[in-house]
Amino acid sequence: MELLRSDLNVDFVGFRKWAYAISLTTLLISLVFLVTKGLNFGLDFSGGAVMQLRFPGPAPIAGIRGALGDIGLGAAVIQEFGSPEEILIRLHQQEDAKDGEASRMAQKIVEVITPLVGGAGKVELRRVEFVGPQVGRELTVNGIWAVIYSWLAILVYVGIRFEFRFAFGAVLALVHDVFITLGFFAVTQKEFTLVVVAAILTIIGYSINDTIVVFDRIRDETKRLRQQSLEVVINESVNRTLSRTIITSLTVVLVLVALIFFGGEVIHDFALTLLLGVVVGTWSSIYVASPIVLEVERWRRRHPPARTASTGV
Amino acid sequence: MRQFPLWKTIVSCVIVLIAVIYSLPTLMGGVPSWWPGWLPSKIVYRGLDLQGGLYLLLHVETDKAVEQAAENLVDEIRLAMRKGKLRYQSIKRFGRDGVEIKLPADAVKADLIKLLKDEFKNGVVEEIAEGVRLRLDPKEIAELKKFAVDQSIQTIRSRIDQFGVAEPSLQKQGEERILLQLPGLNDPARAKTLIGRTARLEFKLVDEKGDLAAALAGNIPPDDQLLYEERGGKKGQPVTRQPLLLKKRTNLTGDLLTDARVNFDQFGEPLVSITFNHQGARKFAQLTGEHVGERMAIVLDDKVHSAPVLREKIEGGRAQITGNFSMEEAHDLAIVLRAGALPAPVTIMEERTVGPTLGSDSIHQGVISSLVGGGLVILFMGIYYKGFGWLANVAVVFNVCIVLAVLAALQAALTLPGIAGVVLLIGIAVDANVLIIERIREELRLGKSPYAAIDQGYDKAFLTILDSHVTTLATALILFQFGTGPVRGFAVTLIIGIVSSLFTSITLTRMMLHFILRNRRIQKLSL
Repeated sequence: MELLRSDLNVDFVGFRKWAYAISLTTLLISLVFLVTKGLNFGLDFSGGAVMQLRFPGPAPIAGIRGALGDIGLGAAVIQEFGSPEEILIRLHQQEDAKDGEASRMAQKIVEVITPLVGGAGKVELRRVEFVGPQVGRELTVNGIWAVIYSWLAILVYVGIRFEFRFAFGAVLALVHDVFITLGFFAVTQKEFTLVVVAAILTIIGYSINDTIVVFDRIRDETKRLRQQSLEVVINESVNRTLSRTIITSLTVVLVLVALIFFGGEVIHDFALTLLLGVVVGTWSSIYVASPIVLEVERWRRRHPPARTASTGV
Repeated sequence: MRQFPLWKTIVSCVIVLIAVIYSLPTLMGGVPSWWPGWLPSKIVYRGLDLQGGLYLLLHVETDKAVEQAAENLVDEIRLAMRKGKLRYQSIKRFGRDGVEIKLPADAVKADLIKLLKDEFKNGVVEEIAEGVRLRLDPKEIAELKKFAVDQSIQTIRSRIDQFGVAEPSLQKQGEERILLQLPGLNDPARAKTLIGRTARLEFKLVDEKGDLAAALAGNIPPDDQLLYEERGGKKGQPVTRQPLLLKKRTNLTGDLLTDARVNFDQFGEPLVSITFNHQGARKFAQLTGEHVGERMAIVLDDKVHSAPVLREKIEGGRAQITGNFSMEEAHDLAIVLRAGALPAPVTIMEERTVGPTLGSDSIHQGVISSLVGGGLVILFMGIYYKGFGWLANVAVVFNVCIVLAVLAALQAALTLPGIAGVVLLIGIAVDANVLIIERIREELRLGKSPYAAIDQGYDKAFLTILDSHVTTLATALILFQFGTGPVRGFAVTLIIGIVSSLFTSITLTRMMLHFILRNRRIQKLSL
């Protein structure tokens, strides 16, 4: 069975101006939202406390809100989690959560809620998480460094294995992927957690994988099509690897869909982020990484390296 | 087609066999009864998020340990000056790590400086207008801090061991942090109280002459301190707080205990009885003998538990701590007293508790999504690439086996994101085979024979696969470095899976092809 005709010849390079426009617009929207609305940082980064409770029936959210108000926790955010029987109670960095009393507070919350559902043992405390402000700051800084390190590592490896212009294109594509993913979180205001950062790093891994496959092909085709221009070589390479690109994306999408539907709440956002990343990463491998290689090449042709006196004899 | 060397076949078969043996106990959800004892029987270790438990990051307030050392220095200097017949106006802790000694106007500073230099070699002497300051040496401070953390780890470990947790893990993190993981815990709140408690037991005399009313108004005599005794609070009784004015000086501490046990008073209420060692018993007898008729407060972490009147000299080194305990509280107090006090208070920086039911739900969801996701990929590959697709599928299944086998052998924790990692790996791992198969198809289109196309396909795809695996591995390693807990579990499965997929997707499929196509002359490949 074949998905694509083997003699497929789409002019990807010719389309690149449009692709740039699409990428830049998306990036711009992402940046605007990142600056104006920012990310909705979850517990891991903002610090605070979260507890997950399960009730025998639908959770009496209004009653719980009142009960929490009575013990001075009116600022707590209560939301349904996965099903009507489960709720999350969030306390953002406030006095009560500061001195690491999360589980004692959780106990207190369970105590005031228990009468609402009639009887002890009915409310189950499923999860308590507390992150102090210092740990939150550290996790944020570590997360940013992890992303930057992965860019640097890829810049160096691709630079050694291929040429600098390839490394440049590859990393630009990754920067593109990361910012669009961040933009998605800024636009939707979905909670940005540690697991999302893990997903972003995985996206970087997946996207570079895709890019390398195309680059490898470009290197191959350059040898075969010695007489042809880089435009032709890139087009040929992307077309020849297109079938593989689509199949691989498809298999990954299949597993991600399974995770989204059956993986539970925690994995849901992780898988959703990855799904977005796979789409963006596949796009950037075709329309950002390779065209940038071409742009660098053209720029070089227009600006031949000047003969500097300092390197002379 | 090129030959597949015999040694490679043997090595590959051995790897696969070992992987299957190591992963079977996990795949079957436990070691079956017929499993021979000499085979490995470790199953994959489930992370805290899958089996439930408590994860704590503690900060040891080492500054407090330094302060305490400076306080002790105050007492020692006072003693030394009395012995040396030197007069002083006041001796106080100065800053965090120093002692300030003010002298009367006519005293000779040089005498004091000589004494300090002779007897307190771990300090730096500094002259000021009204007297002398002694500061702890920076080296000494570093030593104190390090000791405080190491001692805290030991103390907490001994408390946990006595409490009874199956597989506790305690690690020092950085300079002043302790990472604690307690899997499968039923009552995390209780465990936390047990761990976080400083448990500093002190015996202090009540200042009967002091003016309690003035002290409550904020006018506390310089050598005294104001502490409270809590009463009631059980069975719906209201809690009353009784203020007590105590002498600051600690006469005896819990350091000199040999034992602490739960006992009952005549009403059947639990109490903790403690036994001092030889030195402690002597001190206790002396203390109680010298102060008959006065009240002595038993202070635990700055809370007065009781302040009985001393009726007679108490010999034998036994005492009781009462205070409206529940059975659990008395039991836990006995544990912390036996294990000793923490050298410095600890605070919780990060806490994650997962209940056991959430953990088992997570496993259930993880297994279902793995089966569905894996199943979809396998079906798709089989339908789209036919024979070669099934080859890739076998490789993917072995890849999962290898990941589980390595996890089981290393006893690295499998977390919920880790399960997602395995599922994701199924999607990613087939990529290598997709690359190979697509290459073979291209070579066939160029008119090559099936055998030549296979050789060429594998050769040409190899470098691409290697490059893409190395870069993906790089990001996975960074993720491992960055992540904690569950995220780290994800990175671990990804790293193992990427490395092993190099073997399964290239070498293993190649070997299978070799045996399938050997001695056959086929004209058409199934792909």
